[in-house]
Amino acid sequence: MTYIAKPKLHHPTLACNAIGFTRRDYEGKISTLCAGCGHDSISASIIQACWELDIEPHRVAKLSGIGCSSKTPDYFLGQSHGFNTVHGRMPSVLTGANLANRDLLYLGVSGDGDSASIGIGQFVHAIRRGVNMVYIVENNGVYGLTKGQFSATADQGSKSKKGVVNTDSPLDLVGLAMQLGATYVARGFSGDKKQLVPLIKGAIAHRGAAFIDVISPCVAFNNHAGSTKSYEYVREHNEAVNRLDFIDVRAEITVDYAEGEIVDVTQHDGSIVRLRKLSADFNAHDRIKAMNYVHAQQAKGEVVTGLLYVDPDAHDLHEHFNTTEVPINRLGAKELSPGADNLAKINNSLR
Amino acid sequence: MKATDIRVPDYFHKVVDCQWACPAHTPVPEYIRLIAAGRYDDAYLVNWKSNVFPGILGRTCDRPCEPACRRGRVEDADKPEPVAICRLKRVAADNKDHAAVRARMPKPAAKKNGKRIACVGAGPSALTVARDLAPLGYHVTVFEAEQKGGGFMRTQVPRFRLPEEVIDEEVGHVLDLGVEFRGGARIDSMRDLLAQNFDAVFVGSGAPRGRDLDLPGRSEAAANIHIGLDWLASVYFEHIKSIGKRVIVLGGGNTAMDCCRSSRRLGGEDVKVIVRSGFEEMKASPWEKEDAMHEGIPILNYLVPKTFEHRDGKLIGMTFEKVRAERDVKGRRQLVPTGEPYAFFECDEVLIAVGQENAFPWIERDVGIDFDEWGLPKVDKATMQSTLANVFFGGDAAFGPKNIIWAVAHGHEAAVSIDKMLSGEDIHERPEPAVSLISQKMGIHEWSYDNDISNDQRYVVPWREKAATLKSIKVEVELGFDAVTAVQEAQRCLNCDVQTVFTKDACIECDACVDICPMDCISFTENGEEAELRTHLTAPALNLTQSLYVSDALKTGRVMVKDEDVCLHCGLCAERCPTGAWDMRKFLLETTQAGPGCRARRREVA
Repeated sequence: MTYIAKPKLHHPTLACNAIGFTRRDYEGKISTLCAGCGHDSISASIIQACWELDIEPHRVAKLSGIGCSSKTPDYFLGQSHGFNTVHGRMPSVLTGANLANRDLLYLGVSGDGDSASIGIGQFVHAIRRGVNMVYIVENNGVYGLTKGQFSATADQGSKSKKGVVNTDSPLDLVGLAMQLGATYVARGFSGDKKQLVPLIKGAIAHRGAAFIDVISPCVAFNNHAGSTKSYEYVREHNEAVNRLDFIDVRAEITVDYAEGEIVDVTQHDGSIVRLRKLSADFNAHDRIKAMNYVHAQQAKGEVVTGLLYVDPDAHDLHEHFNTTEVPINRLGAKELSPGADNLAKINNSLR
Repeated sequence: MKATDIRVPDYFHKVVDCQWACPAHTPVPEYIRLIAAGRYDDAYLVNWKSNVFPGILGRTCDRPCEPACRRGRVEDADKPEPVAICRLKRVAADNKDHAAVRARMPKPAAKKNGKRIACVGAGPSALTVARDLAPLGYHVTVFEAEQKGGGFMRTQVPRFRLPEEVIDEEVGHVLDLGVEFRGGARIDSMRDLLAQNFDAVFVGSGAPRGRDLDLPGRSEAAANIHIGLDWLASVYFEHIKSIGKRVIVLGGGNTAMDCCRSSRRLGGEDVKVIVRSGFEEMKASPWEKEDAMHEGIPILNYLVPKTFEHRDGKLIGMTFEKVRAERDVKGRRQLVPTGEPYAFFECDEVLIAVGQENAFPWIERDVGIDFDEWGLPKVDKATMQSTLANVFFGGDAAFGPKNIIWAVAHGHEAAVSIDKMLSGEDIHERPEPAVSLISQKMGIHEWSYDNDISNDQRYVVPWREKAATLKSIKVEVELGFDAVTAVQEAQRCLNCDVQTVFTKDACIECDACVDICPMDCISFTENGEEAELRTHLTAPALNLTQSLYVSDALKTGRVMVKDEDVCLHCGLCAERCPTGAWDMRKFLLETTQAGPGCRARRREVA
């Protein structure tokens, strides 16, 4: 069993972005995940989003933990920095890296096992602190690498491939994220790139903790009747609350929509997230109402997707700490070390 | 769009661009894989069955397959190049085990069926008819004006391009099938031939008349002015062994190229080709022009010949009017004189290669064979039948000058018609091709074809050094690929016959194929009219000559649309498909030749 590398040849019309890269330049190694894995579609969406945003690959740090999802950073942005951390510890490593060099774009990629089970303590605190990052959970409801046991996000009452019913209540990652103060919270579906790519672009442009829960069917262990994370179930129960258009700072806004249906959210970098409302009762600016809405729909068995909450004026960890604008990793010993006299003064002030 | 019906043989046949473009529909990728595997005998026989003259065509074919080759559309290079299909064919011919190949060819029929067929001429079309019909029990008599068979291939194609032993061998393959060959037997009267009561007559007598140029001075300087076609034949028969030092060749076709290159070998030192129109408009194949220029022969264009200049009955040169190409009000291209004074070029001899014509002085106009206003016989394009039911035409004799591979294709069709007619069937009911579509899956990530895509650029066929080739007209210029280069060149083939077959009901719309496809060929989208659909796919489908493969509606109501244009047939869609909705299946199409297969089924049952 051998894999061939994806051929270098490409479509004759393949375009370059503003910095001269084709979409193919944002690819990584060929995926070794199971055929049909939703994660591969998420990788493709990340590639598409980064290409469209003209992101310089060397300005991106991809961090992940352990699991099928955490393997995926190998399959996209092959020219970016990567860190495969200990299981569940990605949020802490990412927080540290972010503190050391605030100039990079931090892409945390994790799964429901990595973030909702072993790493949940790490996950909640990274969100609480408002680390400036894009945190993507590739959520399939099972432990794929250990052959399909229920994970903590599996819905109560859903069935395993062997027919066993899950009795535990599920952990709701978007609910947690909203409650803990994430300032950009979305849910996507790997089978709908039209929705997912703008969600990722919006998250990249957002300053603060941006969290995206992506339902990503596990074709090998969780794509059967009775599963609530299968392609078919999600397609049937997908309730998109809005459609998102991400409008770059430089792009001219040309499309007109009927009044009342559109909400433009200008983020701190000037880019606009334009929301087309699909659900009249939904408001992505009101955290409490959004939480209530998502929970109410979830209780009915619906899978609410779209941009669920956004705070365009969010602050991040560096602002909370009032850290220096210059990334710490670029400061010399002189700036970093206060010197014995200053240290003594500081110590005295704390006595 | 309506869902694609892949049961129609033409659908996947069109995807195999080379095979579709080949008049004889040779299964090209099939034999290229065999060459890569070192199975030269098998590769040769795949060719032989389809095009009868692999060794000859591997050196001289007009290769309509190569401009069609998908590789020329997808390669990421300044100048994308097709696979060197023609020269790979030669590799099979050069390296086969001759005895083993002979042993696998059909034997002369053990029992004759009592039907007699006459072939006029022993060129590629007539020999194809003989090859197809003789093993079935027909008594085929081939009448040829020259002593040996081969026709134009032997007498006009020069030896430095096609060695005589290759012709002897491949003509021999046909004649050894129990064909009666009558060399030196020119047919002078169709009436007399018909009187011999053959059950069918096939005319494959070519287009033997070279066009002349009636310009001032033509008759006065006749001794130094030659018709290219006749001159080439005279060179072959060694009636002509030398030529003057300064030679002008008029005309821009492949015959002109053969004339100028032959001149270089017979003493011509200052040889030039002069054409009326532009260099780009020349009829000669691009590679033949390159070969001529490589031998130091300039090609001058936009010069219309006006006079042959002579002194004391001896040619001294030619004058030409300078022209340029312009579009008239209707957009038609026209040559307009520039108004400059005529150009004069000195020369000792002129070869006229400005076209060839059909000539049938031997067919009486009252035997029932109708001719059109251009003097060509009225021939049915599908059946090759003339207006006289038992007389068929093929090759250049049928529709004017074409090339060897078209002649072969005509021969096959005529043989089918003759076989059907003499079996009492309607010859207008043409047989369907034999088609198979077989999965190539061997295991996970394992296919029975090599699906890794080579990034190599086209390999150049090595040449003997110029000093040696220009010395003798009999030294073959091209050496052919060696075995290692042949494998590398063969690896450039994309295996377009290994088709991407989509099973709608198995698809779960996971997008894995869309994500992995290196060429962005696959889309899942709302259905629409073709013109509109082509614009909103993953990548636009701009090549309108290439099909879209469209499925029925999937569960979400969308359809799968695959643009066949630039597919690499790498099989990654099928590898990444979790449900086997995509499969790679080898499509093998063989045209039905004369024999029981071409006859109606009811007869087979009876």
